[in-house]
Amino acid sequence: MSEATQVQPDYNYKVVRQFTVMTVIWGIVGMSIGLLIATQLFAPALNFDIPYLTYSRLRPLHTNSVIFAFGGCALFATSYYVVQRTSQVRLFSDKLAAFTFWGWQAVIVLAAITLPLGMTSSKEYAELEWPIDILITLVWVAYIINFFGTMIIRKTSHIYVANWFFGAFMLTVAVLHIGNSMAIPVSFTKSYSLYAGAVDAMMQWWYGHNAVGFFLTAGFLGMMYYFVPKQAGRPVYSYRLSIIHFWALISLYIWAGPHHLHYTALPDWTQSLGMVMSIILFVPSWGGMINGIMTLSGAWHKLRTDPVLRFLIVSLSFYGMSTFEGPMMAIKTVNALSHYTDWTIGHVHSGALGWVAMVSIGSVYHLVPILFGQPKMYSTSLVNVHFWLATIGVVLYIVAMWMSGVLQGLMWRAVNADGTLTYSFVESLEASKPFYVLRAIGGAFVVAGMLIMAFNCYKTIRAPKTADVKTSSVAATA
Amino acid sequence: MTTFWTIWISVITLGSIIGCFFLLRWALANKTGVKEGESMGHEFDGIIEINNQLPRWWTILFYITIVWGFIYLALYPGLGAYKGLLGWQSSNQTVTSLAESEASLKASLENGSMIQYDREIKFANEQFDPIFEAYAQIPVEDLATNPEHADAVKVGQRLFLQNCAQCHGSDARGQNGGFPNLTDDDWLYGGSGAKIKETLHLGRNALMPAWLDAFGEQGIEEVVAYTLSLSGRKVDPVLADAGKSRFMACAACHGADGKGNQMIGAPNLTDTVWLYGGSKRSVTETLTYGRNGVMPAFDKTLGSDKIHVVAAYVYSLSNK
Repeated sequence: MSEATQVQPDYNYKVVRQFTVMTVIWGIVGMSIGLLIATQLFAPALNFDIPYLTYSRLRPLHTNSVIFAFGGCALFATSYYVVQRTSQVRLFSDKLAAFTFWGWQAVIVLAAITLPLGMTSSKEYAELEWPIDILITLVWVAYIINFFGTMIIRKTSHIYVANWFFGAFMLTVAVLHIGNSMAIPVSFTKSYSLYAGAVDAMMQWWYGHNAVGFFLTAGFLGMMYYFVPKQAGRPVYSYRLSIIHFWALISLYIWAGPHHLHYTALPDWTQSLGMVMSIILFVPSWGGMINGIMTLSGAWHKLRTDPVLRFLIVSLSFYGMSTFEGPMMAIKTVNALSHYTDWTIGHVHSGALGWVAMVSIGSVYHLVPILFGQPKMYSTSLVNVHFWLATIGVVLYIVAMWMSGVLQGLMWRAVNADGTLTYSFVESLEASKPFYVLRAIGGAFVVAGMLIMAFNCYKTIRAPKTADVKTSSVAATA
Repeated sequence: MTTFWTIWISVITLGSIIGCFFLLRWALANKTGVKEGESMGHEFDGIIEINNQLPRWWTILFYITIVWGFIYLALYPGLGAYKGLLGWQSSNQTVTSLAESEASLKASLENGSMIQYDREIKFANEQFDPIFEAYAQIPVEDLATNPEHADAVKVGQRLFLQNCAQCHGSDARGQNGGFPNLTDDDWLYGGSGAKIKETLHLGRNALMPAWLDAFGEQGIEEVVAYTLSLSGRKVDPVLADAGKSRFMACAACHGADGKGNQMIGAPNLTDTVWLYGGSKRSVTETLTYGRNGVMPAFDKTLGSDKIHVVAAYVYSLSNK
């Protein structure tokens, strides 16, 4: 199509292929664990009285494996791919790329061993103990050097917006991870946080919310800014919108953590700041959604025939929905109802399944044929089946958690005329049970979709090569 | 908080928001040198970017949230040590004891301050205290058994479910491990209204000493046999006989007949109610290692009027 693709450099696709395949595998693992623990909530016998299979130990394994194994591999794969293609240059270092792949897989395997054994720092989304934290830091620094090194040696005059987002995600996650994980080791497998009391809680949620903001939002916006225009074959809607929403998003997100600690021992001023920044953040968050969806203008008809594009656009809709819901839940009055209920779980999953997983799945479907020298996926109709399974699954999940969450919030605050609470805790638990069943059904839809994806990817990868990788990737982009 | 930190927090907070405002002005003004709606002229792997204007509704929304942010930060605490124009405060965070808390509540009622916790407590006290004061006038026994006061028993049950069910169960039947069943008529410290209230007010601390050092393993086995025989269980008569002489030590609390002593909460060993399990193994464990049962005191958390109502509910369970 253009000159640049005709003189395509010899890109490092090996590391992209490795991370892409692992994205699918860890996606199935992480979501299946999620399905198991969702089922345990209404059928507790499913922990089989084995300590390694109890909810308490598998829950951190679920969150770590979907965020850092599935999401992480998707980010590594797409950022390595996008930075090469939009900088028109091979990765800065193949050795560092291989180190990040094997290092990251080692982190995941260590997590899968230590968390069921009960080794945990007890910090949410940062449960891994200090030796693994150090390994993460090493891998992450290698990743940063490799990514920024590639941008430095780029052959294009500007840095594409996707790479801004990827870069911001990497740098901030490094700061967050190191800041929050500071701890005093007492043995090889146990350490205690360097911070105490309310300060520890604040550090934890400064990290926790920005794991959402930078890992699960900025990183995946980088993914969106490449794969949406690419798959739609349309220009990015507004350059200026991308600039303002980038800078506003990264400068406001970092403040939002305290909204996880409303009505706690956190000082009033910190809670107020967290709430104000979260609400202003709503607007730049939507900037990204608008830019992505408007990029499709003039190509809406493609949604009818292209299920990959449908994944990408529906992911943006879920992104818009959860970035509206988030600031709303950060308002103290709303938070008084929603906090500690399943509403929070629903919100997280509309972001994690609706936005993060869907945009990753769409990107992987875009990547697999190109990376493995095929003109297209083995079966487009299976992609379509996956799309509907994922969409129905996510909707069932979110709706179940909304209903359960609001019900819990209302039951917990219901007060009799004499001032006593109307319901005991266990009554709200009984009322939630049907929604837990519904949620697990939604989760089963999502896992089924992932299994179909794995089959489709396997068939695509194993199909006889129609042409060598390089020419077909040119064909795919042309 | 020192002035330095207040300035630090204010500068970076307001700086971020004001920065967003100027960024918005810059983007709206189109300083890119490219006409609106045209390509920016760079191309990345086939992707080009158009220089479209920001959507109007989105821009307005951005202005609104920025203005709202400033208003909120002016009214409420947020910028370091600045208290906000409303003087609102969630709670008195310097309070470290119950006495200080009560003093804080009293002080803020007198000077009409905006401490939300104190205001909510005041509201609740005014609203609900008269109801419980009225209940407290009626003796526990009457409150519990007179059908006229059925509503009071229900209120007591709600309080029980919130405060007591964690240990005694939502049906008040207790659980193994030292949490007594409250629905039978077997009382450790007495089942009169006054005694139940005493238990709730001050809590109870029960101590069964460990006897391994004094009796030895053989001695424990003998005493267990004798103890079990008291409630009519079949035991080895030789062991039980040997245990009977050792039971002298136990009699100090449980009485020579093993019927216990409600003055000190020593359980009756001749019935079939067991606080820590009545199997041979459980009783052996109790004797070997001792037990330490704790019922917390509720006078500070519930207050005497509410305790009165909870006592009525508990009394009603075994006095239908």
